[in-house]
Amino acid sequence: MTKFMLLQNYEASAGCDVPMTEWALEDIKSHIAFQEALNAELAANAELVDAQGLAGPELAKFVTFDGAGAPVVTDGPFPESKELLAGYRMIDVESEDRAIEIAAQASAAPGPGGIPIQQPIEVRQVMGAPSSDL
Amino acid sequence: MTTGAGTEDLLRDLAPQVLGVVIRRFGDFDSAEDAVQEALLAAAVHWPAEGIPANPRGWLIQAAVRRMTDQLRSERARRRREDAAAMAEPPPADVTGRDDTLILLFMCCHPALTPASAIALTLRAVGGLTTAEIANAFLVPESTMAQRISRAKQRIKASGVPFLMPAGTEWAQRLRSVMHVLYLIFNEGYASSIGADLHRTELSSEAIRLARMLRGALPDDGEVAGLLALMLLTDARRPARTGPGGELIPLAEQDRTLWNRALIAEGMTLVTEALANGVVGEYQVQALIAAAHDGAESVEDTDWPQILALYGLLERMTGNPMVALNRAIAAAMAHGPAAGLKLLEPLDGPLAGHYRLDAVRAHLFEIAGDPQAAVTHYRAAAARTTSTPERRYLTTQAARLRAGTAEPGADG
Repeated sequence: MTKFMLLQNYEASAGCDVPMTEWALEDIKSHIAFQEALNAELAANAELVDAQGLAGPELAKFVTFDGAGAPVVTDGPFPESKELLAGYRMIDVESEDRAIEIAAQASAAPGPGGIPIQQPIEVRQVMGAPSSDL
Repeated sequence: MTTGAGTEDLLRDLAPQVLGVVIRRFGDFDSAEDAVQEALLAAAVHWPAEGIPANPRGWLIQAAVRRMTDQLRSERARRRREDAAAMAEPPPADVTGRDDTLILLFMCCHPALTPASAIALTLRAVGGLTTAEIANAFLVPESTMAQRISRAKQRIKASGVPFLMPAGTEWAQRLRSVMHVLYLIFNEGYASSIGADLHRTELSSEAIRLARMLRGALPDDGEVAGLLALMLLTDARRPARTGPGGELIPLAEQDRTLWNRALIAEGMTLVTEALANGVVGEYQVQALIAAAHDGAESVEDTDWPQILALYGLLERMTGNPMVALNRAIAAAMAHGPAAGLKLLEPLDGPLAGHYRLDAVRAHLFEIAGDPQAAVTHYRAAAARTTSTPERRYLTTQAARLRAGTAEPGADG
């Protein structure tokens, strides 16, 4: 089994360029139901490690420190806030093909009018143990 | 009949009593706590299969003492061998289990500990939960929780606190810490008892059980009764707090027939009796507010002027701006939204950027018939909350209101 992170940000996508706070009530509800159902499906398949949404960009902070003096903490709003991470799923699956399949499912989450959002899902393998014959 | 749940309840009740005895005999809280934890784990394995022993408390004490002795023996192995007879020594004469529970609670909620450490240690040493169960409840790896507990014990050791009841003014301060820790455990479970986090509700049940234990040790303390009443009166509403899809349902929209009447009755009796005994504290006032909600058939039927007065009292007692926020809601319900909105104004400073201020303002603007302002504040609140069910609730509130107004869909 291999672990993958499936990451998504706030970027506008082919199927939707409107933030969720602007959607119709029914569209919000079906989107949430879709995400819940996907997590339930992954859990039932024994493939889900963790799925979390992150608090909004309004609460994001960037921290840098040169090792002396005081750390620099930058508050939002950030001009590039669309690039910030919105949420992630960590999955533990048989193959990369399966990770891609799940990412595809997530990308087709319904948006306004039930149209798939087509949000890009970043698929990143989590580093693991060395192979035994190394 | 021996059931798994029966064994578990018995073990958790006995845990602090057994630990008290072992500490008294060996004087080392840290190792005694480890030994009792191992004895509890052993009992959880053996009892369901072999039946509960005739003297479960004695069994646990003996098992823990044997582990302590084994440990001491291996430490002293080079110097001398312990006599096996020492291990078979009968448990010491009964000391008051009540006092031990209280001393243990005081110890685990020592002010030298952070709230997170105090919570973890209390759940393990007094609650008899395993490290794995506590880790699961707080959604962290078991090794992280084990380390948190181990460091907490080191801190207690370093602070040199004796296994004795604290004296004088310290006693009252420590009792306040204990009540605060139990309240935090309850809230941790209650606030997250939504949708997928259902297993965390065990924390609320455990906090109630510990509060009952505390009340058993201090039956005449009004604030202890108030704390237990507050937990019961709040927990009674849990079944109505979540919808079929795991969504958050606010108090005003809850199906009150789902509320647990037995818990409400018990909580109301407790807080009424406590009030008759004199000094009124924060937990009693909060319990009275919860009782005012629980006793009402509907939002309209609620005695809002009474709740307003109680929040006024609580605000004077605590100076907490979050209490002031709740007072503003009560004022709006008692005297109209304008009165509530006015009370929110001075909170812009102390609660700047807090999503709850926006959420309340949105709600009051909605009642006041200003959906545009309500949408703006619901959105601001949704952007700043750190809870998924709350974000969903606030986002859908904004969408629902927007559907009823002429506001264009996408205005950024």
